[in-house]
Amino acid sequence: MNEWLYIGLFFIVGLIIPVGAIGVAWILGPKKPNPIKQSTYECGIEPVGEGWVQFKAQYYIFALVFLVFDVETVFLFPWAVKLGQLGMFAVVEGIVFILVLIAGLVYTWRKGMLEWV
Amino acid sequence: MTAEQIIFLIVGAVTLISGLMVVTVRNLIHAALWLVATLFGVAILYTLLNASFLAVVQVVVYIGAIAILFIFAVMLTRRQSAETGASVNTNWWMGALMAVLTFAGLAYLLQSWSGFSKQASAIPSGFDAINQLGDALTSPAGFVLPFEVASVLLLAALVGAVYLAFTKK
Amino acid sequence: MNFWNDPLKVAADWLTGILVGWGMNDVFAHVLVVFVGIFVLILILMVIDILLVWIERKVVARFQDRIGPNRLGPFGLIQPFADIIKLLIKEDTTPDGADKVVYNLAPMLSMMSVLILWAVVPLAPVMLGVDLNTGLLFVIAAGSIGTLSIIMAGWSSNNKFSTIGAFRQVAMMISFEVPMLAVMLIPTIFAGSMGMNAIIQSQDIWFFWLSPLAALIFLIAAIAELGRSPFDLSEGESELVAGFNVEYSGMKFGMFYAGELLHAFTFGGFWGILFFGGYRFFGLEQVSPIFGILIILTKALIGYWVIMWVKYTMMRIRIDQMLAFNWKFLTPVAFALVMVTALMNALLRGADSWLYITGMFLSNVIVGWVSLEIVRSIGKKEREKVEGLKPIAEAHH
Repeated sequence: MNEWLYIGLFFIVGLIIPVGAIGVAWILGPKKPNPIKQSTYECGIEPVGEGWVQFKAQYYIFALVFLVFDVETVFLFPWAVKLGQLGMFAVVEGIVFILVLIAGLVYTWRKGMLEWV
Repeated sequence: MTAEQIIFLIVGAVTLISGLMVVTVRNLIHAALWLVATLFGVAILYTLLNASFLAVVQVVVYIGAIAILFIFAVMLTRRQSAETGASVNTNWWMGALMAVLTFAGLAYLLQSWSGFSKQASAIPSGFDAINQLGDALTSPAGFVLPFEVASVLLLAALVGAVYLAFTKK
Repeated sequence: MNFWNDPLKVAADWLTGILVGWGMNDVFAHVLVVFVGIFVLILILMVIDILLVWIERKVVARFQDRIGPNRLGPFGLIQPFADIIKLLIKEDTTPDGADKVVYNLAPMLSMMSVLILWAVVPLAPVMLGVDLNTGLLFVIAAGSIGTLSIIMAGWSSNNKFSTIGAFRQVAMMISFEVPMLAVMLIPTIFAGSMGMNAIIQSQDIWFFWLSPLAALIFLIAAIAELGRSPFDLSEGESELVAGFNVEYSGMKFGMFYAGELLHAFTFGGFWGILFFGGYRFFGLEQVSPIFGILIILTKALIGYWVIMWVKYTMMRIRIDQMLAFNWKFLTPVAFALVMVTALMNALLRGADSWLYITGMFLSNVIVGWVSLEIVRSIGKKEREKVEGLKPIAEAHH
C-alpha cells in the first residue's frame, strides 16, 4: 500500500470537514440578500471602478527571484540528506553551488531590484 | 483493473481536462487556476509512480512558485474585461490533424514496445530514493558537473530576468 | 501489545476485526479504518482549534492587561463554542461581481492546507502518521496550497482592499519561504533525512543547541508565513480593513480564522519537532505513546505561545521593510549558516560529541554575531548620511 494513499485520504477528509462546516452554516443561516448588502465593502464609501487594480511590477520581480531560490534550495535537499556520509568534496561542491546563487542575489541587489520603490 | 489503474485513469482524465481548460477559458486568472489543477494532477501521477520527491517538488516549485508568478504577471496587466478575440483561428483543423497524426504515430510505434505488458519491478524494501539522488548529485562519478551547471543556469535565469526588468524601468 | 503501549493499533485492529467479521473485504476494511482514524484525528484537531480561540483571546487579554472572556462557563471556556454557533447562524453574504466558485473554494482550501500538515506530524513513537521521507518539503508544499488559497480569496472577492491584501500577503509568504527552506536544510544535515520521525529520532541532543540561529530564523520565517504580527501587513486595519478576507462572512470567514490559529499551533509543533525533540522528553515517550502525544502537544502550545508573545509585543512593519529584511538580511544569513553548518559538520564529524556540540553552537553564535555587526555598521553609515544633511531651514542661508 502506497503511503501517498494515506495522504490522499488526508486531503479528502481535510476537504470534507470545511465543506461540512460551511454547508451546515449555509443551511442554518438566513438568506436575505439585497443590493446594498451585496456591494463590496470599501470603508462605507461607494465602490469606485472594478476590484481589479493594476499592480506594481515589483511583485513580479520578487516572485522571479523567489522562483530561482526555491528551485535552488530544492536541489540542495538531496545534498543535505547525504552530507553526513560524504567527505569534504561534497561539502565544497554544495558551498560552490550556494555561492553561485548568492552572486545572483548580490547582482540583483546591486542593480537595485530588491528596492520596493 | 486494479485500484491503482482506476486512480490513474481518473487523475489522468482530470489532468487532461484541466489542461484543455487552461487554453480555452477566457479569464486569465481562471486559466492560471486551471493550470494549477493540471500541475497538481501531474504531481498525483508522480506519487502513483512512487516518486515522492518529484511529486513534492512539483507542488513546491510549480504550484508554489510558477503559478504564483503567472498570477502576478496577469495582475500586472490592465484588465481586459471581455477578451473578445476568437480563441481559435482558421487553421485550427491543421493543428488538430497534426496532433491526431502525432498521437497515432506514437501509438503505432509504442504498440510493439514490451514495456506495456511488463510489471514494474518492485522497489526493494529499505530503498531510499532521496539517498540515491543525493549520491548521484554529489559523487564525482555521478552528476556533479550537471549539479553545478544547474546553479549557473539558475544564475543566468536570474540575471536575465533582472536585466529585462531593469531595461524596461 | 496492549492498549497502554499502542492504543492506535489496538483500536484499529479491533475495528478491522469487526468490519471483517461483517464480511467486508480485507483491503477495503483497512482503508475504511484508516479513513475513520484520519476523521477522528481531524475532529480532535478541530476541537483543539476551538480551544485555541479561547487561549488566544485569554492570552491577548493578559498581554493588554484585560481579563478576556470570563462570562460563559468557568473561565469563559464556553465562549468559543458560543462563537461557533454564532458563526453558523450568520448570514453568508457574497459580494456583487465575486467569482462564486473561486470565492467559495478559497476558505476550504485554506483550511485543508493546514489540516493536511498533520498527516506528517509524528505524535508518538508508534503514531507516526505518514512517515514520508520528504516530510519537510511536504510542509512547504502544503504551504503552497495555502498561498494559492489566499490569492484566490483576494482576487475573487472583487474588492480592491482584499486584492491588495492578498498580494501583499503572498509576496511576503513566498519571500520568507526562501529562508525557511534554507534553515530546514540544517536539521536535514544533522539527521541525514527529511523525514519528521528520523529528525526526532536523531535528536539525542536538541537541535536547538546545535543550531540556535537556525531555530530563530525558522521561527521568524514561520511567523511571516502565518502572516502574524509583525508581519501582518496584509491586514493593516487602518489601510486595508482586514486584508484578503474583507468580504468573507459567517463560517467562510470562520474557516480562515480557524485555519490561521491552527496553522500557528501547527508551526509551533514543527518548531518543536525540528529543534526541540518533538515527542521525546527524557525517555518519557517510551513509557506510553499517550505521554508522547501530551509532550508534542505541550511543545506545540509553547511554540504557539511564543508566536503569540511576538504578535502582541511587536508592531507592524511596512512591506518595503519586510522585503528588505528578508532578502537583504535573513536570506543571506540563512545561506551563510547552511554553508558554515555543512563545513563544521564535515570538520567535526569524527570528534567527541561535546566538541561537536560546542563547535556547532559557537559557529552559530559567530555567524549571528558577525551578521549583526555588519548590519550595525551599515545602519551607522546610513544614520551618518542622514545626520550629515543639514536641516532645510539652515541650508537656505
